[in-house]
Amino acid sequence: MTSLRIPTPLRVYAQGQTEVTVQGATVGQALEDLVSRYPSLRPHLFNGDGQLRPFVNLFVNEDNVKDLQGLQTAIKDGDRLMLIPSIAGGSG
Amino acid sequence: MLPNLSHDEILRYSRHLLIPEVGLEGQRKLKAASVLVIGTGGLGSPVAMYLAAAGVGRIGLVDYDVVDWSNLQRQVIHGISTIDHLKVESARARMLDINPEIQVDTYNEPFTSENAMRIAEPYDILIDGTDNFPTRYLTNDVCVFQGKPNVYGSIFRFDGQVSVFYAKEGPCYRCLFPEPPPPGLVPSCAEGGVLGVLPGTVGTLQATEALKLILGIGEPLIGKLLLYNALDMSFDFVKLRKNPKCKVCSPEPEITELIDYEAFCGVPGHHLPGQEEGAVGGGWDITATELAQRLQRGNNIHLLDVREPHELEISRLEGAELIPLGQLAARLSELDSADEFVLFCKAGTRSARALELMLSAGFRKIKNLKGGINAWAKEVDPSLPIY
Repeated sequence: MTSLRIPTPLRVYAQGQTEVTVQGATVGQALEDLVSRYPSLRPHLFNGDGQLRPFVNLFVNEDNVKDLQGLQTAIKDGDRLMLIPSIAGGSG
Repeated sequence: MLPNLSHDEILRYSRHLLIPEVGLEGQRKLKAASVLVIGTGGLGSPVAMYLAAAGVGRIGLVDYDVVDWSNLQRQVIHGISTIDHLKVESARARMLDINPEIQVDTYNEPFTSENAMRIAEPYDILIDGTDNFPTRYLTNDVCVFQGKPNVYGSIFRFDGQVSVFYAKEGPCYRCLFPEPPPPGLVPSCAEGGVLGVLPGTVGTLQATEALKLILGIGEPLIGKLLLYNALDMSFDFVKLRKNPKCKVCSPEPEITELIDYEAFCGVPGHHLPGQEEGAVGGGWDITATELAQRLQRGNNIHLLDVREPHELEISRLEGAELIPLGQLAARLSELDSADEFVLFCKAGTRSARALELMLSAGFRKIKNLKGGINAWAKEVDPSLPIY
């Protein structure tokens, strides 16, 4: 069981959840568990080939999965997954 | 040779001089330093005021906007007395009131690929206080090409991000975000809102990082991203690494000069005064006045409000059905494409997106209320507030 933090801009596609518990031995399985529960999230996270979209950053604890083994990165109980969004606000 | 301090300056900065990490030499470094602040809004306000108060000798301000009533909820450098004034001039006056010893340069123009290299050239550090993706990628690339640190801050509702992108010593903005999200995924603060104090917190952190870089003290946020959430009062840090394939800062970069950032991001970076916002174009818009006339003639038009439920407390149109934009895709089956719809939101941006969504689902008898319910309040029903 791993907790996954959903960033504010994506919460609208996850019924307002801020943090969800996901199952899986790898990052890819954990995300699959997430999008199977919140299908509207899928197009925001994955492209047509099932790869993470380039503007999506997923961190396991402090590390970007891009710097690890991507979707194959192994996770264990107690790890914390964080989706980090591109946000641009500042001046408005 | 660092500049000397006058007796007045020594008195003014005495609380700095007492800190061994700053001291007289550090204060002279601050006086010799130059910082360019891009955007004098929510983030730029605290950045500019604190850098001025701290005695940064030369501060440049870039903004092309004027002070608006709705800025005052968070842009604390401006006030009632400078409504409708140029933001850069309003900010400059406030900074010189805090500290007349410094030089404040103003650039009353959008920061663009044409002028950015020239404007940034004289400054040591750039501070990104903008509100849109094109200007953020532009600021990053200018910093990479000129070998300068980019003190980054960004906000959305209750969330803030802070980092120092400095390609000489660590990753750049593009290493983390090689591509912007598709237009429309992340609402701007003008659409999504922002807690007024949030840019204060984030901008103050950016000012802190800039002072640390100038003084050469502490550990700057190079290679680290701070994630702040005001509701949880949480500060999380993640590690950022240089992307060996980064298009601008890798050893063999694909991009070696500034590009067209609006095309890259698929969104405009700047709305010039008088330019129309909240319109789709291509004959899909209807003005508030036209809509009122058609409703008066008894046309059977379904009004579809795509705002969030809490916005109904501010203003509403009689007979309108509410389907927030985020739910629209899932609820299209509730709507009959044979009916005629007019979509609206606050100012026309979300409804423009809703219109595109409905067009792609086969709806054709649809229009976007140009300028949103705010335009209705202005043109048709002044009893409604504008927000």
